[in-house]
Amino acid sequence: MQLIYEKSKPGRRAITLDALDVPQSSLPADLCRKEDAALPEMAEIDVVRHFTHLSQRNVGIDDTFYPLGSCTMKYNPKIAEVAAAEPGMARLHPHFSSSSVYEGNVQGAYALIYELERQLAEVAGMKAASLQPIAGAHGELTGTLLMAAYHKDKGNAHKDTIIIPDNAHGTNPASAVMAGFKVVEIPSDVDGTIHLDTFEKALTDNVAGIMMTCPNTHGLFEKDVARIAALAHSKDALLYYDGANLNAIVGQCRPGDLGFDVMHYNLHKTFATPHGMGGPGCGPVGVGERLLPYLPGPRVVKAEGGFTLAAPEKSIGRVAAFFGNFLIAVRAYAYLRHYGDAGLKEVSRNAVLNANYIYAKLKHAYKPAFPGNFMHECIFSATPQADLGVHAIDIAKALLDMGYHAPTIYFPLTVKECIMIEPTETESKETLDAFCDAMLLIAEKAKSDPESLNAAPVTTPVGRLDEVKAAKDLNCACL
Amino acid sequence: MSWIPATEADQREMLAAIGVDSVEALFGSIPAALRMKSWDIPAGMSEMAVRNHVASLAGQNRVDHTSFLGGGYYDHYIPAAVDALSGRSEFYTAYTPYQPETSQGTLQSIYEYQSAMCRLTGMEFANASLYDGGTAVFEAATMSVRIARKNKIVVHPSLNPVYRKMLETHAANLELDIVTGDDPTDAACVIVQNPSFLGTVADFTDLAAKCHAAGALLVVSFYPVSLGLLKTPGEMGADIAIAEGQSLGLPLGFGGPYLGIMATRKDHVRKMPGRIAGETQDKDGRRGFVLTLQAREQHIRRTKAMSNICSNQALCALRALIHLSLWGKEGFKDVAIACHSKAEYLKKQLGFATILNEGPTFNEFAVRLPKSARTVAAAMLDAGFVAGLPLADVGAGEENDLLIAVTEKRTKEEIDAFAKALETASCS
Repeated sequence: MQLIYEKSKPGRRAITLDALDVPQSSLPADLCRKEDAALPEMAEIDVVRHFTHLSQRNVGIDDTFYPLGSCTMKYNPKIAEVAAAEPGMARLHPHFSSSSVYEGNVQGAYALIYELERQLAEVAGMKAASLQPIAGAHGELTGTLLMAAYHKDKGNAHKDTIIIPDNAHGTNPASAVMAGFKVVEIPSDVDGTIHLDTFEKALTDNVAGIMMTCPNTHGLFEKDVARIAALAHSKDALLYYDGANLNAIVGQCRPGDLGFDVMHYNLHKTFATPHGMGGPGCGPVGVGERLLPYLPGPRVVKAEGGFTLAAPEKSIGRVAAFFGNFLIAVRAYAYLRHYGDAGLKEVSRNAVLNANYIYAKLKHAYKPAFPGNFMHECIFSATPQADLGVHAIDIAKALLDMGYHAPTIYFPLTVKECIMIEPTETESKETLDAFCDAMLLIAEKAKSDPESLNAAPVTTPVGRLDEVKAAKDLNCACL
Repeated sequence: MSWIPATEADQREMLAAIGVDSVEALFGSIPAALRMKSWDIPAGMSEMAVRNHVASLAGQNRVDHTSFLGGGYYDHYIPAAVDALSGRSEFYTAYTPYQPETSQGTLQSIYEYQSAMCRLTGMEFANASLYDGGTAVFEAATMSVRIARKNKIVVHPSLNPVYRKMLETHAANLELDIVTGDDPTDAACVIVQNPSFLGTVADFTDLAAKCHAAGALLVVSFYPVSLGLLKTPGEMGADIAIAEGQSLGLPLGFGGPYLGIMATRKDHVRKMPGRIAGETQDKDGRRGFVLTLQAREQHIRRTKAMSNICSNQALCALRALIHLSLWGKEGFKDVAIACHSKAEYLKKQLGFATILNEGPTFNEFAVRLPKSARTVAAAMLDAGFVAGLPLADVGAGEENDLLIAVTEKRTKEEIDAFAKALETASCS
């Protein structure tokens, strides 16, 4: 498809401003750009058609089943969009929070922030939460900065290391390093959970904390989590909970009760805010008692006559200019208020039921990566298919031709030819049945006609793209 | 529940297929002692009740004043088609383009966005966006450290004080030496902002030359709308250009989601954090786009990644691209001219106050009023105006100092009324 710049025609315009109603001023020539920015020159209808056509070369959760494991692609309710579009939310200037003069202008927003932070904390068994972090990985960084502040405050200068299991998201080790820590990776046991003996050996006095996902990225609940927490706390090491898989346990058990001291939430995963092709996300942090004094500030607090701001006593400072991605938080708030107590418990129950149903239907055609007890996602290894010349990537591309988004493939790195399927609670039995039929058909074709799968996809706007060429002949802008 | 399609009959059939008696059995790997005892979550509300409740909260916020508040975040007009197009669910309900064949809408829009950012800034490469303008400062600082292999970060006084605080928070546990000034000696970079936080327009070409002579990078944080008129970071010789992209079609939204813009020179592209879309072909020679240079990123490099950044702000970047495409080459310049001209017109009517800026301004300037800026701003609210940002509240000025911004949305009539009301509030 043509680029928007290739559709540009000199002199064509879409939107125009009213005629200037004040005298025109100009700046000294040496402070001005030499040439106008070469932005497109198009009529509005051309711009509208261009982006409409681009949208048709995309698929979202509203188009099709998106069983992207570890990414938790559930339906994004429309009421949340209506909530975020309320003018009293969307048009609110953030600097209203910079001066007490404007406090009266933002009481509704402060009430929402206060209540959402409270409910997020409650959902996870934490003492408090902060909406400041702007994405999940930003929440991780904030969490590790909180851990650093805690140890610094206690004079634990030797605590410079964080333990991370090998099945963790790549953001965990990267965040720990950005917060100034060294990282020790520990391998999983054959059953897919943390190897307790290896963990104990790695848990030296230098360990500041451990970052865990639970259920982990193998889709398995960490059975020794209580023991791990006790061991870590006996050495004054803190437990970080990666909220990527919180959807599996919401309303069933809580990270705070499991012994975690700090965590992030991915609002787009557990609380169904749209992920917009890669963002924006929103990654609030939650903390237990130990880290309460260090939370980012300022925070919304209740005062006489309304809400106001105050900074926690030993706050690490601001990680965002204001209250994080506020309009995403508004969406999550609408989601939480709709479900409430009973509804949230149904979320995890149905997410886990759906995943186990898929597992039951596919376990004879694809090789289960672990012996079972999957929670919200099930993980297969396509090694039997790979032996026939059909790799995980071929299976993924064949699914695209059959009208589905592909599951996550080749993650986690610990599983060969990994295929990770996460249906979430918002898919019906009919959808799961049809998807499983597609997967079973592909497994049959891997035996009878592997070449056809190697050629997939053939019905998409483009076929498999040359990623090596993209990196070698780097072309990242039309100038 | 509204968003869970399973009926009781579905659940029974699925449990039978799995071979268990109850959903409870599927949670058997969670030790009983660790199961949740209770929580204090209110009962659910119907969609209608949620809608009314959020509307009532929104109603407790005041957005009906005529606003002259800026400070890095501006009330610009957003063309109707920006909402209409970015609201297409094929865009906003999609995920990261892990399957490029069904994500060409995402990938081409990112490529076009990167192109727009390069054309705007006079730089050669842009990434697919960062979180926001403040975190972009931190990413630019650590990128400079990787390139220059030095640990000193020089922050010019022109930088937004909130960004400075965010930089310090993020770098708290790194061995970075953050100092104030403009001396690039032994520094990885000097970070400047144009226009400055107080609105002053400058040319940092000479500073760029000094930085390069000293082996440091020049990082320019810019205000996107100002580049309808102003000399670009590229023309000044900047190595990294960063910005808060809110002014390009994003609602103010009480702080986000916003858009972190980052562009750089060819030499540094492999040291730039974040996602990048690149052009390539399929086996039939059809043009297509993929995420590229991923070997720098956290999911492959883990502890050795350029940054931990994982998501970008693709939907916000799409809005910026649509916004810029609708205004187009001429319209974008017209917006900048209107912002500048209207601010200059207002400035001329504030004879009762002292203009604090040394040098020209674009659409924002600081004034010293005859009395406390807070007192004046409070009185102005009663007159229907948001007067601006009392600078003492953000540690960027004295008690009587106020930062005032004007956008293309303000009419001559509004500006006249504002000037009169401000004089009354300040001098009575």
